[in-house]
Amino acid sequence: MKVLVPVKRVIDYNVKVRVKADGSGVDLANVKMSMNPFDEIAVEEAIRLKEAGKADEIVVVSIGVKQSQETLRTALAMGADRAILVVAAEDVHTDIEPLAVAKILAKVVEEEKPDIVLAGKQAIDNDMNATGQMLAALLGWSQGTFASELNIEGDNAVVTREVDGGLQTIKVSMPTIVTVDLRLNEPRYASLPNIMKAKKKPLDEKTAADYGVDTAPRLEIVKTEEPAARAAGIIVGSVDELVEKLKEAGAV
Amino acid sequence: MAVLLLAEVNNGELAMDATAKAVTAAKALGDVTVLAAGASAAAAGEAAAKIDGVSKVLVAEDPSLGHRLAESTAALIVSLADDYEHIVAPATTDAKNVMPRVAALLDVMVISDASGVVDANTFERPIYAGNAVQTVKSSDAKKVVTFRTSTFDAAGEGGSASVETVSAADNPGLSEWVEDKVAESDRPELTSAGVVVSGGRGVGSEEDFALIEKLADKLGAAVGASRAAVDSGYAPNDWQVGQTGKVVAPDLYIAVGISGAIQHLAGMKDSKIIVAINKDEEAPIFQVADFGLVADLFEAVPALTEKL
Repeated sequence: MKVLVPVKRVIDYNVKVRVKADGSGVDLANVKMSMNPFDEIAVEEAIRLKEAGKADEIVVVSIGVKQSQETLRTALAMGADRAILVVAAEDVHTDIEPLAVAKILAKVVEEEKPDIVLAGKQAIDNDMNATGQMLAALLGWSQGTFASELNIEGDNAVVTREVDGGLQTIKVSMPTIVTVDLRLNEPRYASLPNIMKAKKKPLDEKTAADYGVDTAPRLEIVKTEEPAARAAGIIVGSVDELVEKLKEAGAV
Repeated sequence: MAVLLLAEVNNGELAMDATAKAVTAAKALGDVTVLAAGASAAAAGEAAAKIDGVSKVLVAEDPSLGHRLAESTAALIVSLADDYEHIVAPATTDAKNVMPRVAALLDVMVISDASGVVDANTFERPIYAGNAVQTVKSSDAKKVVTFRTSTFDAAGEGGSASVETVSAADNPGLSEWVEDKVAESDRPELTSAGVVVSGGRGVGSEEDFALIEKLADKLGAAVGASRAAVDSGYAPNDWQVGQTGKVVAPDLYIAVGISGAIQHLAGMKDSKIIVAINKDEEAPIFQVADFGLVADLFEAVPALTEKL
């Protein structure tokens, strides 16, 4: 079984996000960038499938700026076999929309013919939560989103999904797209020897044009602003005072 | 200009709060038609017809539409899409599963988790875990949008929309339901509760989460948890409030032993009144709290439970 894992280079989740004063977006110049945390979980799951003897090849793909090859090297160091970089932007501030990403991924899938695509459920930059579902739509494949458990059973994948009321388990026919949620696994760190080895693993470089996909955005970003701040509150001295304040405010 | 709104239907019942909030957002865009789909959806359709501002209800009943499977639900919506300029839904996990699939089938972008409607093409949405708000203008012929319910008030009842039935689209037969594990609880549902009491890592153990639950039960509140508490195994994931969990905006939110990581604040900072109880006076949660109490939660919470 072959596994394809798309990974995205995003602002590191520990970095405080700063909105640019001119309202044009979030400042990403000289900011630490990392692999999207949900994508790390997808890479980890693919490696576990391989370790369990269920997968024999893991291909990682990233679509974005050239620097995304660092993200791919991280995935290779974790244990992926091969990487494809699709350069689709020059400026680190250009975010390729999920629809265009899904269209490029659909072409990659046509070439690579994976049995399963494992993707993060959302990227922590645009929080769109769309690429996996869109790719499934374009390929006419099944989808198992927000997975907290994944089992491959013959020609099917059994996916337990994190849904509003609790958990839902579905059986989807392969090939399929599974998007992963936080509790699926805890990703490993790449060891130093593996980081060194990853430098020798194959990394193909392509462009969006190679796949004939138009990446022009459908959504124009009119402006990006800081969220409205809450007015400062007060510190109360005791439980009694808290109860009194809540009663005054009509909250209890 | 016509809007098709996918109602939130669970096991044949309408999730009124989420659907009515999405109706409020959708009304600003045009004439609202609600689609109630499921293995059984007639009762949900009847309930949706009473929401103020709904002009028509479509009911699609078919076994393939049960359990909100994405492939069959998306095929149904696409079969109806010609008549509508907007296709919208409340931003529940079900809609987030289905709507991007619909958008891609229509070759348009999806606008997820919209928190504001500027005009028929322009929407506000939080990005970077709510650390920024982006205004986006769509150039697509059809707009596929999910609405963050916590930022819209629920539309009232009193409408009397007509109800029609529509047939399901061909089932692509790609997926089947196996089982649901729904947490049984007498407490109100987290995203629509008027009061939420949440616990964080400071609670320290699954056993001590009983303190949070007792306070919640005294207030008739839903119970929430921070991601740190969920990751530590103190609370189940469906209690998680934050960027990666649920977004809530109750009248009263009580955060206990929660430091206030950005990812948690993203899920609750629109609450009307926020109370924070934490022994660390430097905790960022105090910056968003209306009333902060610097105290040991193991003393303060039982005292609060008793005095309320």
